[in-house]
Amino acid sequence: MEWLQQLVNGISIGSIYALIALGYTMVYGIIKLINFAHGDVFMIGAFIGFWAISRWDIGFLPALLLAMVICAVLGVIIERVAYKRLRNSTRIAALITAIGVSLLIENLMIFFRGAQSAVYPATIENKAINVFGAQISSLSLLILGVSIFLMLLLQFIVHKTKIGKAMRAVSHDAEAAKLMGINVDNTISATFAIGSALAGAAGVIFGLYYTRIDPLMGIVPGIKAFIAAVLGGIGSIPGAMVGGMLLGVVETFVSAMGFSSWRDAAAFLILIIILIFKPSGLFGKNTREKV
Amino acid sequence: MKKSKAFWAYVAIAIIVYAVVQFSMSSGMIGSYYSNMLIIMCVNVMLAVSLHLIIGITGQFSIGHAGFMAVGAYMSAIVTMKFDLPFIVAIVAAGCVALLAGLLIGIPTLRLRGDYLAIATLGFAEIIRIVILNVDYVGGAAGMTVSRQTTWTYAFFAMLITIIVIANYTKSRHGRACIAIREDEIAADAMGINTTYYKVVAFAIGAFFAGVAGAIFSHQLFFIQPTSFGFLKSFDILIYVVLGGLGSLSGSVLAAVLLTIVSTYLAEFPETRMIIYSLVLILVMLYRPTGLLGTKEITDFFKFGKKGGKNV
Amino acid sequence: MTNLLLNVAHLGIQFGGLKAVQNVDIQLYDGELIGLIGPNGAGKTTTFNMLTGVYAPTEGTITFQGKTLNGLDPYKVTQSGISRTFQNIRLFKELTVLENVEVANHSLATHGIFASILRLPSFFTGEKKMEQQSLAFLKIFGLDVYKDELAKNLPYGMQRRLEIARALAANPKLLLLDEPAAGMNPQETHELMELIAFIRKEFNLTILLIEHDMSLVMGICERIYVLDHGQLIANGTPEEIRQNPKVIEAYLGEEVVD
Repeated sequence: MEWLQQLVNGISIGSIYALIALGYTMVYGIIKLINFAHGDVFMIGAFIGFWAISRWDIGFLPALLLAMVICAVLGVIIERVAYKRLRNSTRIAALITAIGVSLLIENLMIFFRGAQSAVYPATIENKAINVFGAQISSLSLLILGVSIFLMLLLQFIVHKTKIGKAMRAVSHDAEAAKLMGINVDNTISATFAIGSALAGAAGVIFGLYYTRIDPLMGIVPGIKAFIAAVLGGIGSIPGAMVGGMLLGVVETFVSAMGFSSWRDAAAFLILIIILIFKPSGLFGKNTREKV
Repeated sequence: MKKSKAFWAYVAIAIIVYAVVQFSMSSGMIGSYYSNMLIIMCVNVMLAVSLHLIIGITGQFSIGHAGFMAVGAYMSAIVTMKFDLPFIVAIVAAGCVALLAGLLIGIPTLRLRGDYLAIATLGFAEIIRIVILNVDYVGGAAGMTVSRQTTWTYAFFAMLITIIVIANYTKSRHGRACIAIREDEIAADAMGINTTYYKVVAFAIGAFFAGVAGAIFSHQLFFIQPTSFGFLKSFDILIYVVLGGLGSLSGSVLAAVLLTIVSTYLAEFPETRMIIYSLVLILVMLYRPTGLLGTKEITDFFKFGKKGGKNV
Repeated sequence: MTNLLLNVAHLGIQFGGLKAVQNVDIQLYDGELIGLIGPNGAGKTTTFNMLTGVYAPTEGTITFQGKTLNGLDPYKVTQSGISRTFQNIRLFKELTVLENVEVANHSLATHGIFASILRLPSFFTGEKKMEQQSLAFLKIFGLDVYKDELAKNLPYGMQRRLEIARALAANPKLLLLDEPAAGMNPQETHELMELIAFIRKEFNLTILLIEHDMSLVMGICERIYVLDHGQLIANGTPEEIRQNPKVIEAYLGEEVVD
């Protein structure tokens, strides 16, 4: 039952990608920006969780909540300070600014605390549980549980609340939403807050699972999560979830087959294949330029 | 014929600069620290100018330029270290193989637009890096030792040729076709320009010179490894082009020169360097998104007096 | 009757489930000046986009000088002799007025990439030829004095003229003009119409033009096609169109036909 074990591992890591991918996809859906700094918000989340658990001695759940809140605030600050002015500028300018913000966060972190990695404290006991003959770690199940809970919560927010309705309206047509009396600025900030909170949660979970964190840890999962978002169809929330899980599973199986050093290449290959053959992703809609 | 006079004047200035530096180096006035900086400066200028053709002129947002540099660096190292062939052969081989890589990557991806193209090029550059990482023949993650064969003469003339080729290309019907694509791809297409062809050509020429830059770079450094060509390097090159002004050749040269000096002085403090870089990048995008020179060239500022007074 | 230049048969396109244009038949003969009119959203620009290869039609055929154009890329359509202007001006803003025209003149010269990089003699003769030809086009449109200005700095009316000059430089047999007089005052419109009549004669062109301004279309077009809701509802001389009850109905409440 080796494969079942790998499948669960894949879905667990995939659910971390999915949590990060949600932020990418929501932000892209609303302001058409690839927020390169998103992976660094994830990194900050991991460190907040680390400090909360190891220094201030609070439990896993309060640490998770704290990381989510601080990341939400950070996300809103980034949006207000750096991205807000760029709404009417070229896509290239916006993308370059996002790269700049990403580099800034990483290097400020290194500047203030050094580049060395930290080891996450083991707050939660990791047991192997026997399911149909497969050894599945309780940690994987916890990760999966937390991620699924957060995704359901997000679905609820987007579809059943007023702010969710506003978010959908703005991403559909910001001008029209404004004319209908929706505060576009606040809606965009809320999107950043929610996306960043999810990334923060992903950071804490990641730390718990992989135990090692460092200031550059956000780059690779950040890009992977973006790939997941593209795979699912950028702008689509269910797409980001499915894309994340799928990517996690593919990666885990590539590693399990003995090609672990090619794992990242597999992810990029998926990205390129999707971009070339179906740029709208699994769940995305086709768009065409108006002539 | 006035234009070609100006051209020869610039070439003459370039030769004088070359000779002065060469003399200072051989007489020991410029030590190894600064001569190293000057050679790296030439490499960075080549990278900047070759990416300028892709992003600034043709408007194709590629952020994986370090991938082509890696191809050139490793190809040239194989030619000199494994086959014991002369350095000049290695330089040409590096450019040609990088050009092939450019075609291979450009043909499928260049129909993508904007952000999607950016991400695809980033992905390809990472794939190149991971492939090198997994090939034991070139040392894998441990890297590869390369003998130092780069001299100021090689570096300078490679840079000069890069600039002349790209400047000449830009100021021809082919270059105009590329700018037309940058300005409005649909209109360019409607005017009979084969847009895919010109995007691929720009990509291939850019890749060729990035490969040559990689060859000069690897034979200056003694040692190369895949981590030197990650996306941080790609971002570095991107920063030259953007800060200099998208569409300005002299702008990207100027930015590459200035930033090489800055990063040489800050080599001991890489975080500080990156903090300054990223802050400058953000501030420029927020307050002067066209970069230092916009689409203007330095030479445009000298012509100002002659042209003025013709407002519409 | 002269030669059939363009034959459009049962042309149609579907976006998703929506039939934007269907069953359009258009015949253009050598040297004609034909109008294509219809209310907003009738599918005029979509029809243009199909004729020029921007959209691939889902039904029907486009035959130009005996050659089928369906599915060709826009640049190939242009090279085979159809060029166009755009409703929302699409100039190359950061290029000069002269360079805008030179881009369309691209195929006039034959010097290759290596000749350009090495500055071989063929480069100089080729570029010289392009410049002279382009200047000649600019002169016709009274734009030669602005040749070194950036296109974005031209006043609006001049930009519209430059678009036509540029389309002409692509050496078409058939010129498609998408609302060439949009946003112009009556004086400018009048001058433009005279200019269109002039270039038609001078370059032996066939012209198909979309126009909103009724009086203008009625004034200069020999025949008119009327589109409404993606379908052709009428086709005939201005006099016939003026009296066609279907056309009057389509325009009712929008514009009085006088």
